[in-house]
Amino acid sequence: MSKDDVVISVKNVKKDFYLPHEKSSKSLKSAIINAGRKKNKELTTQHALKDISFDIKKGEFFGIVGRNGSGKSTLLKILAGIYQPTSGKVKTNGKLVPFIELGVGFNPELSGRENVYLNGALLGFTRKEIDAVYNDIVEFAELERFMDQKLKNYSSGMQVRLAFSVATRARADILLVDEVLAVGDADFQKKCYEYFKGLKKTGTTVIFVTHDMSAVKEYCDRAVLIENGKIIHQGKPSVVSDEYLKLFMPNTSEMNKEGEVSRFGTGEAIFENISHLYTKEKLIIEFDVVSKSDTTVDGLNIGFDFYSDDQLVTGNGTKYLDGYGKGFSVSPHQKRHFIAEFPNNFGNFSMELTLNLRNKGGINICDEIKPAIKFQSNNSHLVRFFRVTLPLSFTETH
Amino acid sequence: MNYSNLVNKYRYSLILLRELVITEFKLRYQGSVLGYLWSLLKPLFLFVILYFVFVHFLKVGSDVPNWPIALLFGIVLWNFFSEITNNGVGSVVSRGDMIRKINFPKYIIVISSSVSAFINLLLNLVVLTIFIIFADVDMRWVALLTPLFILELFTFGLGLAFILSTLFVKFRDMNYIWEIITQALFYGSAVIYPLSMIADPNVGLAKLILLSPITQSIQDARWALIDPANVTAATIGSSLWMHVFPFALSVVTLAFGAWLFKKNSPYFAENI
Repeated sequence: MSKDDVVISVKNVKKDFYLPHEKSSKSLKSAIINAGRKKNKELTTQHALKDISFDIKKGEFFGIVGRNGSGKSTLLKILAGIYQPTSGKVKTNGKLVPFIELGVGFNPELSGRENVYLNGALLGFTRKEIDAVYNDIVEFAELERFMDQKLKNYSSGMQVRLAFSVATRARADILLVDEVLAVGDADFQKKCYEYFKGLKKTGTTVIFVTHDMSAVKEYCDRAVLIENGKIIHQGKPSVVSDEYLKLFMPNTSEMNKEGEVSRFGTGEAIFENISHLYTKEKLIIEFDVVSKSDTTVDGLNIGFDFYSDDQLVTGNGTKYLDGYGKGFSVSPHQKRHFIAEFPNNFGNFSMELTLNLRNKGGINICDEIKPAIKFQSNNSHLVRFFRVTLPLSFTETH
Repeated sequence: MNYSNLVNKYRYSLILLRELVITEFKLRYQGSVLGYLWSLLKPLFLFVILYFVFVHFLKVGSDVPNWPIALLFGIVLWNFFSEITNNGVGSVVSRGDMIRKINFPKYIIVISSSVSAFINLLLNLVVLTIFIIFADVDMRWVALLTPLFILELFTFGLGLAFILSTLFVKFRDMNYIWEIITQALFYGSAVIYPLSMIADPNVGLAKLILLSPITQSIQDARWALIDPANVTAATIGSSLWMHVFPFALSVVTLAFGAWLFKKNSPYFAENI
């Protein structure tokens, strides 16, 4: 491999974050108060990345995989130049466009049209250049009738379509793609597939961060597996994805014990009377949330996670719903009955139902049942490559 | 870095600057009935209030010909300075979401907020021109110097905006502190009263106040555009270094601000 072929070279990159113990340390008062004290006492050092090195060649489709919190997002941000490495070097050769998130700079108060220009500018397009491709962008996003409406009136799916449509116009030598790109309905995902296939033909270098091993095997030429801030495997996508799955082995064997259900939580509020109904069109889950506490339990969210072969494939939660954004509450010894409905796109799946209690310190899990529901169906519409948010309709009955 | 890279680098900055300014302008008065008119009405109302309080009742400024016009001019320039710095403080933090998602030249954020302030100034100067035409202001050639003083004020304000926005990322008290300082500067900078009020009993104090680029540029602009009776460093016989000092301070502030901002901006994403 000649040196010219290397478009990104990462050498001994380390990244430490210094986390203050208190949130208030951002104010001048605490800065003055703490001025006399030793700094080490105030900060915890988090080693997000430890000595990462690899090269990426021109035209390569390079996968970065790892569990949540393994450091892969930090690595992506360092590659994108958003974070600076604490030590080590990253050399980039060519124009790099990051898609850490779609629709960067989108402003809800502006119209769809204005947002296209704004987002386009962040990707390096002049007004003229956007003018030239504007119709294509709108057509690709299928939003012809909505472009003069304010973005805040768009559904989240429409926003993503618009953002993706602008993003696909970006001309770059290197694309950094985070898996958050992968949202939208089945039709739109098809378009994303096409786009990825197209990129491969044009010889664009793509760095792709994902949890989805089937995507890694299908698209990537090479991949690295990151765990605890270190590269623990580097090489063939098939090998890397096997190694990745091995990380989950302890959990997997636990889960597979016949009929075993794991349940834990603090127990201030718990699930009771869980039942489900599975029809051709819908999956309906009914359950009660019962308070076991003497005080009102506030800020509760319910998460629905769907697993297939022990891999998280999709999910949704009440916190994304209107009226439940800040969570709901149960007063002492109250019982609330809920019905959640999902469209039926599942194949074989197991389901985990989680009840979260959010408070200032983070998330306390009140009750988690894994799996709450488990069964097989003949439907093989399972959503794979792209994470989708399932439409959820949620009602309370008395 | 070769030439074409350099061009590309600034091309991106310019594209971005333009879009951010347009966005800021569109968003500013969105949903309000009078819209952009507010950026004219605000200083005009302040002018009317101050005119009645100071000029009409307290009889301030009777020794300076066309003082009401000079007062309006001062308020317009002050607003410009105050807008650059006060918008500047929070500008970086308010774009935090963008900074965490994409790598772009961060200084564009501060510059775009100051350009918005500059556009506002231009609109206000249109109103001022109308007043000047109707009032009995004697136009002289030195009026051509006015842009120089506005540029100086811009330089000083932009430098402060760089410093303040950098500090605000780490010290979230900065905006409150700056608000208070702005208040003090407003009353201390001879914006709403003629500097001659201070200079007559105490020339030394007037000379000292004129070391501030704010007072100096406003007074020099009034002297050049409105009436030579407005007190400047030249009219009260400051020494040469006192003439040069405010200009030098403006340039040094901008240079220091730009340096501080550049040094810290790579870490904005993780510190915001």
